[in-house]
Formats: sequence, C-alpha cells, structure tokens
Amino acid sequence: MKVNNKLISLVVIIGLIVAASIWYGRNNGLLPVAAGDEAILYDGLFNTILAIAAGFFLIVEGVLIYSIIKFRKRKGDETDGPAIHENLTLEIAWTAIPTVIVMWVAIYSFDVYTAMQGTQDLSGMAHGGMNHTVAHHEHGGMPMSKATLASSNNDGVRMAGVMPSEDADVVAINVSAMQFAWIFNYTDEIATAELHVPVGKKVRLNMNAVDVLHAFWVPQLRIKQDVIPGRETYLEFTPRVVGEYPVVCAELCGSYHGGMRTTMVIDTPEDYSKWLKEQQEVASNDPEAIVASRPISQMSEQEYLAGKVAQMGMTSKK
Amino acid sequence: MTQTLTSTQSSSAGAEPQKTPWWEFFTFSVDHKVIGIQYLVTSFVFYLVGGALASIVRVELATPDSDLVDPAFYNSLFTMHGTVMIFLWIVPAVTGGFGNYLVPLMIGARDMAFPKLNAIAFWLTIPAGLLLMGSFFVGPASTGWTAYPPLSILTDEHVGQAIWILSILLVGTSSILAAVNFIVTIWSMRMKGMDLFSMPLFCWAMMATSVLALLATPVLAGAMVLLGFDLLIGTNFFNPTGGGDPVVYQHLFWFYSHPAVYVMILPVFGIISEVIPPHSRKPIFGYKAIAYSSMMICALGLFVWAHHMFTSGTPDWLRVFFMVATLLVAVPTGIKVFSWVATLWGGKLRLDSPLLFAMGFISTFLIGGLSGVMLGSAPIDIHVHDTYFVVAHFHYVLFGGSVFGIYAGLYHWFPKMTGRMLNEFWGKIHFVLTFIGMHLTFGPMHILGLQGMPRRVAQYDPQFAPINVICTVGALILAFSTVPFVINAVYSWFKGEQAPDNPWNALTLEWTTSSPPIPHNWVGDPVLATGPYDYGEEYKEDRQEAIA
Repeated sequence: MKVNNKLISLVVIIGLIVAASIWYGRNNGLLPVAAGDEAILYDGLFNTILAIAAGFFLIVEGVLIYSIIKFRKRKGDETDGPAIHENLTLEIAWTAIPTVIVMWVAIYSFDVYTAMQGTQDLSGMAHGGMNHTVAHHEHGGMPMSKATLASSNNDGVRMAGVMPSEDADVVAINVSAMQFAWIFNYTDEIATAELHVPVGKKVRLNMNAVDVLHAFWVPQLRIKQDVIPGRETYLEFTPRVVGEYPVVCAELCGSYHGGMRTTMVIDTPEDYSKWLKEQQEVASNDPEAIVASRPISQMSEQEYLAGKVAQMGMTSKK
Repeated sequence: MTQTLTSTQSSSAGAEPQKTPWWEFFTFSVDHKVIGIQYLVTSFVFYLVGGALASIVRVELATPDSDLVDPAFYNSLFTMHGTVMIFLWIVPAVTGGFGNYLVPLMIGARDMAFPKLNAIAFWLTIPAGLLLMGSFFVGPASTGWTAYPPLSILTDEHVGQAIWILSILLVGTSSILAAVNFIVTIWSMRMKGMDLFSMPLFCWAMMATSVLALLATPVLAGAMVLLGFDLLIGTNFFNPTGGGDPVVYQHLFWFYSHPAVYVMILPVFGIISEVIPPHSRKPIFGYKAIAYSSMMICALGLFVWAHHMFTSGTPDWLRVFFMVATLLVAVPTGIKVFSWVATLWGGKLRLDSPLLFAMGFISTFLIGGLSGVMLGSAPIDIHVHDTYFVVAHFHYVLFGGSVFGIYAGLYHWFPKMTGRMLNEFWGKIHFVLTFIGMHLTFGPMHILGLQGMPRRVAQYDPQFAPINVICTVGALILAFSTVPFVINAVYSWFKGEQAPDNPWNALTLEWTTSSPPIPHNWVGDPVLATGPYDYGEEYKEDRQEAIA
C-alpha cells in the first residue's frame, strides 16, 4: 500500500513538472518578434530546449527545497544519516538519460542549423572557411556577378558552394563595417547608412570590415555574424514581417561600440522599389551625401567624429 | 571505499602546537599553509578591487546614455574587472589558495613536492597584480579580457595593453608552476595506504584542474607573446593589414580560456564534495562517478574551445564538432549535481553557513549549467553570442558557482586555517544578501540578452533601461553583502571563539591535526583511520572505537 502511494505521488509530481515545463517552453515570452523565416525555426528550437532546461531546473530545485524542509537536523539529534554510498541503477539512469537528451538536442540543433542556412548540403565544407578574400576590395559597391559570388569567401552562416540558383531571387547587399558605423552598398552606386530589405525575398549580405572586428546582429532575425577585416563573411536571411528593427554591432570595436547601431527596415516590395529609386536620385545629385562612405583615412578627426555623432543621434531617437 | 584501519593515535595530542608567527605571512615562506593563506588573502583583496570596478560599470549602466564615465574608460573598467576577477581572484583563490592549503593536508603529506617553486608561483602573482593596477595611471587596457586583435593592436592604450599582456604572462607562468607542483604532489606524495580512490574528491578535482592548466596555459602564453610582438614591434601575426589572421588569435586564446573556466570551477566542485558530506552527515553519493566525471570534464574541456567562435570566421564542420563536444560536457557535470543532491537526500542537514553556501552553489550553478547547454547549441548561440545572455550565463557559473563555492570553503575551513570560528549569525546574513544580490544582478540579464542588448556597451537602447536598473540595484546589494563577511572574518580571526581541531566532526585528514595546523602538519605520522566519507550511523561505532 505504502509503496503504491509513493509511486503514485512520484508519477503525479513528474507529470506536473513535465506539464509546467512544456507550458513554460511555449509561453516564456523571452524572445522579441520573429521578423525572419530563420527566426521561426530558431524560436521552435529555443522553446524546446528551454522546456527541457525548465524540467531539470524544477526537479533539482524541488529536491533541494524538499531536503531543506524534510532533512534538516532536528534539535538534539546528533545522529548521522544512513550510510548510502551509491546506487548503480540510479547513477546509470542519470548518466544515460542526460546523454540521450543532449544527443537529441545536438541532432535537433544540427537540423535547425542547416535549415536556417536554407541548405541540407554540407558538401562545401571541405573548402569552407579558410581562404582569405582579396577580391572583395575590387568589387566594393559594384553589383556582384554570379562569378564573383561563387568565388567569394565562405565564412558565414550560409555554406559555400551552394549558391542561390537564380540571382534575381536574391537581394545581394555589400556591407561595410567601420568604427562606428555600418555602410550598406546596393547596386547602382547607392550607399546608405540604413538597411532596407524587401519582405519575402532572400537577402544576402556580403560583409567586410575596414578596421577591426565587428559583428552584424539583428535580434529579431536571430542571426549574427562577425565582420572581419581582410576576409569576407556573409549572412543570408528571408525577412517576413514588415517593420523597423535595430542593427546592432555585437563585437567590441572600441570606445563607441555601444553607439554602433542603425536601423533595418523591412519594406513591402512596393516601398522597397520606391526607396531604392529615391536613393538613386539622392546619389546622383550628391555623391558626397554619406559622409561615412568616404574612407576614414581621408577624413579629418572632426569630420570623422561628426559622422559618428550623427550616427548616434540618429539611433538614439529610435 | 572501505579503508584499512592502521593504528589508532590522535595525532595532535601530546605536543605543544607551534604557531606560525604572523610575520611569516609577509615573507617568502615555503610552508604550503602559509602560501595557501597568502593566496587567499591576496586574491580576496583583488576580489574587492574587481567588485569595485564592476560596481562602477553597473552604475554607468543604470541609465541608457554614457554619462558617468568616458566611454573609453568604461571599456577599461570591464576589461580590468574581467581580468582581475579571473586571473587574480578565482584562479589563484581556488588553485593556489585552497589547493595549496588542502592538498598536502588531505593526502597526509608534510608539504607540496616543490615548496620553493610553490613560493615562486605565489610571488609571481604579486607583481602581476601591481602592474595591472599600475596601468590605471597610464591608461589601462580597454579591449576586453579577450583582447581580440586587430582592436588590441590598434588600441590607443598601447602601454596599458602591453602591461596587460605582461601581467597575463606572469600569472600564466605562476599557474603552470602550480600545476606541475600539484600533479607531482598528488601523484607521488600520498601517505602510505592511500590509493587514488581513497583520496578526498578535492584532490581528484585538483588533479584534473592541474592537467588542464598544464596543457592549456602554454598556448595562452604563446598567443600573448605573439600579440605583444604585434602590438610593440609591428609584426603581423594577427594583423590582417599585414597578412595576419585575427581568427587564429581567437583559437589560441580560447584553447586556453575555455579550459580556464574548468580551472575555475573544478576545484570548486571539489570543495562542494568536501563540504556537503560532513554537514549533512552522509557519505558522498557515488564517489567514483564524481572522481571520473572530473577527469571527463578535463578531457572534454580541451575540445570545446571554438564554441566561443560560433559567429566568428569558422567553417561549418568546426561548428558542428564543437557543438556536440560542448553539449557532452553537460553529462559529467550533471552526474556531479545529481550526486550532490543524492548526498543531501536523507541526511541530517546542519544548515550552517558552509552548507548554505554549498546548497546555494548547487541551486545557482544549476542555472548556469542549463543556460550553458542552451549556448552549446550552435544556432541558439548565434543569436545570443556577445549579449547579456552570455554575461548572465558565465556569472551564474563563476559567481553562483565559483564564488559561492569559495565562500562555502572559507566558512568550512576557516576554523582549521585560523584556529577561530566564524560568527554563524553574520554568516547567514552574508549568505542571504549574497543570494538575493546575485539573482537580482544576473537573473534579469538573461532577458536583456535574448531581447537584444549586446555586452560591452556603455550606451544602450532605452527600452532596456528598467531591467538594467534592477541589475544595478542587485549589484549594489552584492557589493554591500561583502561587508558582513569582511567584518566577520577580520574580527573572528583575532577575537573569534577558539576552534576545536575538528569542529564539524569531519573525516578527512586535515581535521586530525591541530587548528591551525603546526608547521609540517602533524606531530607524528598522520593516521588513516577511516575513508574520507564514512559518515553514517553504521560507521559511527567503528569510528568511536578507533578514536578510543
């Protein structure tokens, strides 16, 4: 009878813990809006791992609290506890179960990782990553041909060797990072300080740093990639929710690292073409419109700082 | 785990214990106990320095704008905070401090294998600390404790960065010397009758720690030397403008600096395994599993470094390999946590300060461990890397883990080290304040990171201001929480209640000598009367017989 009661209460407690963990995993509300297709995948993985973590948290903390209440020394009791040294079954269980769980997490993470890149093909890994790009300086703000894309470097969230089949479907933008600003180079000599992308189309950022390490991060896209001087890195994503989102530098890059922020606007296709047209006009009227698009070495310190102040003033309004 | 009973002899009886004179603590002493206390006191002073730096950082972050200190100086503040806390507080406290004090006593040795080397290792940390503090007068390093090039090469604080490199080289050398000493001592100086599996678990932890430190620290030294060349004489090992590769530096740096996390936490795991059994009056649960899990963490710990580089210039296969290796670390760590909890289960918990801090350790370290599993998953990490989520994670590991464990150890061994008891009431106040301050400071940082606040920024999006205010309040509570401890420790050291030789009725060998132990530790030869964890009613009669 007594054993049965214990068993029943154990089952009930475990059931409650599982239910609470799953509920928390689904309703944690910890992540900002998911503005890209990749973010949806990310959130599914995050919520699942969070639920598992919540389960372990509740079990261990529950046992600790129960122990404090139930097993605390009573006044006058100077006896020892029972001399239990081990329990092989229990130890095998708490080695095997976490092993299975973390392996499952690894496989699930791997799936999400490859899906977030939009490819299941890892054939590119043999030549992935390590070749330095010298070519990127040459194609600065120019539209990238298929050939340059294919020869460009392979670091980044998207794997090398698996190039998008139709260039027309991919919006390619060259990103240049410098202390403490982002410059986005579109085709047709447009250089802007704000990133605009059309909703629903795959976007590819070819990124390069001028001076030190930076990292491109949009929290609402859940993706991040270091931007490294001397080699090209890239990111691919598909925007899905129209709106304005922060672009944040996530790698310490100097005194005003915290101010190295700008805005990414996900436009409807119509707004996007309208914006592109406007920018083209601005560019043709005043090629010097963007102060920071000039190489730093050509600027005086005042000019350089003025650019930064403008940059920060702009972002602090958001 | 059963122990052969040799003879019965109370070791401290019969001789007048010689006391170590106070001035010896200020000399080039070769006594491992003096060196241990030198390490502990010095590192605690640096803990206060690092805490003061952190407090300035948190006050700056109470508002979204950069308004308290100059943004460049802000970068120096968190750089020095990280460097001081890692290299001058946790590493020296847990290895040099507890390791030196306890290892010889626990294995029945008279001293460490190389006493002079031991003293040299300690005295290397003093110039390292002074240099680092001195760099505040010339403009301290401001490129983070990671000092990633090219920023660390192009930095305005050339001299400060050079001093920083020199300090790291000094503490690194100290760490290598200490590691050699521990490995030799544990391997070859155990007393007669003590095999590896009858050593206290702290010694297993120190063995694993020392192997890691010995294998990994030289790589850091190499990285520092090359970085120093780039910085001072214009070589281009890591500078892309000259054909160097900044990502190679990251590999070298993390090849040491991830194992460094285990160097900071493994000895603390050992402390927890020593504190829980005597205070809950039960044998440690699963001795062999805990011992092996230390070695497993040591082995795995050498192959996880690139999980710090998931967003860096790393190819895919590397990310996948390091993801799997990283997630596997959860298994041996889980074994330890479950074993400690099982040790507590059914015990007679004496909820005094050592056990409170040990249980506080389990409950907070658990959170750091679980967020560690999340970060081990490469896609999860890519979003939260370099954000406050990571800051929260490693403070749960290094504050909720290491610092709580250090406090548990200090409350547990203070009577042995000083011959005086700490005040229990103020110990409990200290625990409660630390526990609340810790969670208020670091808990909300998880949300900040997930929502989009990067780390190492002096200015941030105003939407994060309310949560930052909570963190700052927590940090101030945390700063204040050290006051009762410092007063308690200083007062008790001089005026506290006299401690008996074995106030906790513990079974490891250090409790068989006087408090504080005499130079060379025992009058006669130490005696192995029981296993280190033979608690429990069933053993009690045997023990009483042995003592009688």
